[in-house]
Amino acid sequence: MTQIQSVEPGIGSPPLPPATSPEAKAPAEARSLLATAWMRIRRSKIALLSLCVVVAILLFAILAPVLSAMSGNDPYTSNTSPEVLDDFETPGLPLPGYMYPSAQHWLGVEPGLGRDLFARLAYGGQVSLTIALLSTVVSVVLGTVLGAAAGYFGGKTDAIISRIMDLFLAFPHLLLVLSLTPILQSRLRDTPLGEGSFLPMASLVIILGFFGWAYLARIVRGQVLSLREREFVEAARSFGASHLSILFRQIIPNVMGVVLVYATMLIPTNISAEAALSFLGVGVKDPTPSWGQMLNAAQSGNWYLSDPWFLAVPGIMLIVTVLAFNLLGDAVRDALDPKSSR
Amino acid sequence: MMTFILRRTGSLVLLLAAVSFITFTLFQLGPSDPAAAACGQECTPERVAEARVALGMDQPFLVQYADYIRGLFSSRMIGAPGAQTLCEWPCLGKSFQTNENVADIIGRSLPYTFSMAIGALVLWTVTGVGLGLLAALRKGSPVDKFIVGAASVGVSLPIPVTGLFLLLLFVNQLHLLPFTTNEINSPFGPQGPGAWVANYLLPWIALAVLFSASYIRVTRTNMIETFGEDFIRTARSKGLAPRTVTFKHGVRAGITPVVTMLGMDIGLLLGGAVLTEQIFSVPGLGFTAVHAAISGDLPVTMAITMLAAFFVIVANVVVDLAYAAIDPRVRLQ
Repeated sequence: MTQIQSVEPGIGSPPLPPATSPEAKAPAEARSLLATAWMRIRRSKIALLSLCVVVAILLFAILAPVLSAMSGNDPYTSNTSPEVLDDFETPGLPLPGYMYPSAQHWLGVEPGLGRDLFARLAYGGQVSLTIALLSTVVSVVLGTVLGAAAGYFGGKTDAIISRIMDLFLAFPHLLLVLSLTPILQSRLRDTPLGEGSFLPMASLVIILGFFGWAYLARIVRGQVLSLREREFVEAARSFGASHLSILFRQIIPNVMGVVLVYATMLIPTNISAEAALSFLGVGVKDPTPSWGQMLNAAQSGNWYLSDPWFLAVPGIMLIVTVLAFNLLGDAVRDALDPKSSR
Repeated sequence: MMTFILRRTGSLVLLLAAVSFITFTLFQLGPSDPAAAACGQECTPERVAEARVALGMDQPFLVQYADYIRGLFSSRMIGAPGAQTLCEWPCLGKSFQTNENVADIIGRSLPYTFSMAIGALVLWTVTGVGLGLLAALRKGSPVDKFIVGAASVGVSLPIPVTGLFLLLLFVNQLHLLPFTTNEINSPFGPQGPGAWVANYLLPWIALAVLFSASYIRVTRTNMIETFGEDFIRTARSKGLAPRTVTFKHGVRAGITPVVTMLGMDIGLLLGGAVLTEQIFSVPGLGFTAVHAAISGDLPVTMAITMLAAFFVIVANVVVDLAYAAIDPRVRLQ
């Protein structure tokens, strides 16, 4: 069958695409995908606004060293002198001049240790967003490849991967992540990943990434089931393209729309997850700042009851970030997913 | 119907076996040495070795797993030969920290988790489905836009932030509600149902804010879709009252995805609302699990993880059965 077609290409049918088409097709697909998304997002005010906020937050985190240097602070230097922190009434509480925004400390200082809150918020953003983005990448790569493989190969491969998906979906994520994080950290301690502040980040990326792929995989699998019967896949097969080549050059580029939608929605989930774990004390730990760690610091010692400001700083940052990513995710879905009817 | 139930129960048992085996494996691979963790801070190598024997960790892995599973069906002896103690059915091992039977710890935590789950569930289902339905009926109106907007914000509010904010506002500033106490874990206790509600109201709200948002979205989308279908038009053209069309025909058909979500969420919540329990210091399963995880108390974390997975899996089956009861178009094959 394949031989006949390769001997007489295109007889009685529309001319087949040149042999180089698989390579040429992938980037074109990706570009047009983003272009379509952008074209539709541009028309919605909310989508555009959330995109701007997301970009601003990313810049805020990336420029953390520059921004905190502008006020002459860093996230680690503590200042417990009695001029900064109260020594009598509520020991450790910043004095009025240091509690709230000022020229020297843009968001005031932290209770207890007197570290600059703005610097911690910005550097904490680096940590929180890095964890969220990297773990999303891990989940998306696993989910896309495994989901596509299950859908494309079918049969036993599909059965095995699908059962593993069911298992992952049945596990109570937060609970398992919570109990496995300390275990993974003790395992990683002696590896190159286990150095200092890098360890909690690496373990969160691995664990959140590893437990987030199943849902996406299920959706990709569903898409691929219908894709594999399509003509262009048939065509590639008739040219003698290998399974791997079809999978990566024909199938996966065609599910990138769905993948992009779910990736955008996974980011805020992972931001919240990092915050939750660090808040519970198993994720990022002091002195490394992250938004979850800052929430933890606000709760420990009940500082947030002394002044809501310490809850408001990381809390509002977290809400705005998650909201912006969620709205952007909705917009991307509306733009790319033909099934969403809005 | 019978075949369906049997088949689902069969796959349920298989899935549970797989979950328990994987959880067991993960935790065994886990920390460098559970025996050292169990033994405590100042522990000589000899005592660690004794602890290994006491925990049965000198046995091959599969023997340990088989022992563990056996404990689910009958009482068994646990500990080093010569110093064995009885671990009564259902035996889930003993806590490294307190040497207490894990099943007892779980039994003690469950009423708190139930108290949290039941109220939150009612609150978010009523608000979520109610507002979602309202938005669908007024599609495109300012009411609809407001509800959809509120849902977008609600789904973005992390529990630590809402929880701490609620505590700050209602307990610390306004003094409207008491701080949660361990003494109340049922509406039928000596303090009465009023105290029970007051005790759990804030955790319920914290959970409901987050959860109802997604229920609003799902209800709205599905109801709008259902209201556009032919059988609704037929019902209307038969001259049925709008109320009958909306509730008897529309809601019954459009609510099924909500039932799926509800089933899954009940399953999840019964495994312990980890964050909420932690913030409000409610000593339920989630709270117990966090403390066990942090102190390396493996038998406790492992048992709670398995129990939580069990709830999720059972909820899945219940959802499938509920489908047939609600939606007349669904027939079990």
